[in-house]
Amino acid sequence: MNGSTSEYLPMLIQSVFALGFVAMVLIITHLIGPSRKSAKKLENFECGVEAKGNARLPFSVKYFLTAILFVLFDVEVIFFYPWATNFKEFGMDGLLSMALFVALFLLGFLYLRKKQAFKWE
Amino acid sequence: MEWIFLLDKTIIAFIAFSITLLIATYSTYAERKIAAFLQDRVGPDRAGPFGMFQPLADAGKFFFKEEIIPATSNKFLFIIGPGIAMTTALMTSVVIPWGGTLEIGDRLVSLQVSDLNIGVLYVFGVVSLGVYGIMIGGWASNNKFSLLGAIRASSQMISYELGMGLSLISLIMLTGTLSMSEIVEQQHGFWADGYFSWYFFKQPIGFLIFIVCAFAECNRTPFDLAECEAELVGGYHTEYSSMKLGFYMFAEYINMFISSAFMASLYFGGYNFPFMDDLGLSQNWITIIGVIVFFLKIFAFIFFFMWIRWTIPRFRYDQLMRLGWQVMMPAALLHIFATGAVILFNQH
Repeated sequence: MNGSTSEYLPMLIQSVFALGFVAMVLIITHLIGPSRKSAKKLENFECGVEAKGNARLPFSVKYFLTAILFVLFDVEVIFFYPWATNFKEFGMDGLLSMALFVALFLLGFLYLRKKQAFKWE
Repeated sequence: MEWIFLLDKTIIAFIAFSITLLIATYSTYAERKIAAFLQDRVGPDRAGPFGMFQPLADAGKFFFKEEIIPATSNKFLFIIGPGIAMTTALMTSVVIPWGGTLEIGDRLVSLQVSDLNIGVLYVFGVVSLGVYGIMIGGWASNNKFSLLGAIRASSQMISYELGMGLSLISLIMLTGTLSMSEIVEQQHGFWADGYFSWYFFKQPIGFLIFIVCAFAECNRTPFDLAECEAELVGGYHTEYSSMKLGFYMFAEYINMFISSAFMASLYFGGYNFPFMDDLGLSQNWITIIGVIVFFLKIFAFIFFFMWIRWTIPRFRYDQLMRLGWQVMMPAALLHIFATGAVILFNQH
């Protein structure tokens, strides 16, 4: 086992703690909480008014667009990380080549702005 | 040796885990007391001296309340949602360096559960998994208000994650590493080479962008549109009761605690404090004082979170999205280039 893999073991220990805690507490509350169910109680709560239909409804496409744009930009942000870690060795060349990348990044950004992807009114 | 290493880490993980839960529980008390203080009220004062046992009573009540799973909901996802939110919140603390190293016998024990060399990226990865907890919970409730709250919360969180990621890049350019323990070690003491060694003084604008995004990421006011009572009944957890509601609440407070710890260690020197080398104390004492100092910094940030909550009103949704996409992202990009130029200027 070398230095970096052995560092992942404690992380696994912590995840066992976390998962164990969550599962245990959910089971305990399920067992010790009272259970007096009735049809009215199990209805959805919509401000006390009778619920109409169900919530499997279409929603504004803006949210979907936001999610897609996030995936796109987040991948580009990830590309920054290895570059940033080694920035001091790259020096001027690094900054210039990143300028090209960011120019493309900004071009996409401006296009989206023009297309009003960020407009929410 | 391997087993002793694992034993140390298990003990540290257990202590860190318990402290996280304890602080999350008592943050609710702190929030109510601080809210009361800022609004000239008394706050909880019945359970125990100064209402000190109030959070324990609340936690106990979460255990003994009836669980209600709405008949029309998706049962499996309804249970999984808060579970994911809580688990991911508890997993982020792994890479936080709680203190320096302790000398026990002839061994050096570092007070960090896992010193991953990609620590910063790990935190981002786990934090973005937290979005699933909210989205799944809101969708599974089969309630229109929960769904709206969940969609709002998740699109807000992913929008601000971009600004957050970009603002950290300029910090990474200075540190040259993603390991949390190395970043904290680089900020040793308070003053080095004729300048402050804490990264806040080298990256004040980066820190500003980061803290705004951290507020949005934790769904705290002024970005708490997910639970905007005036428009949505209660946000993504409208249908939740009993401990599942408790998990969503605790996850929020744990996230606040962890992001405070994250900011304290990345920008405010973590467990480092001024004159730590001039005190003439042994390594162990320095470490112990360091841990206390680190927690004081975290508490200061938590107080700041609460202070903001009772000072600034909530944004409108279009304002929130505009701030995230059209202000934070370009500002962070510009900041990267400004940082790059300054680093190059200093090299020559």
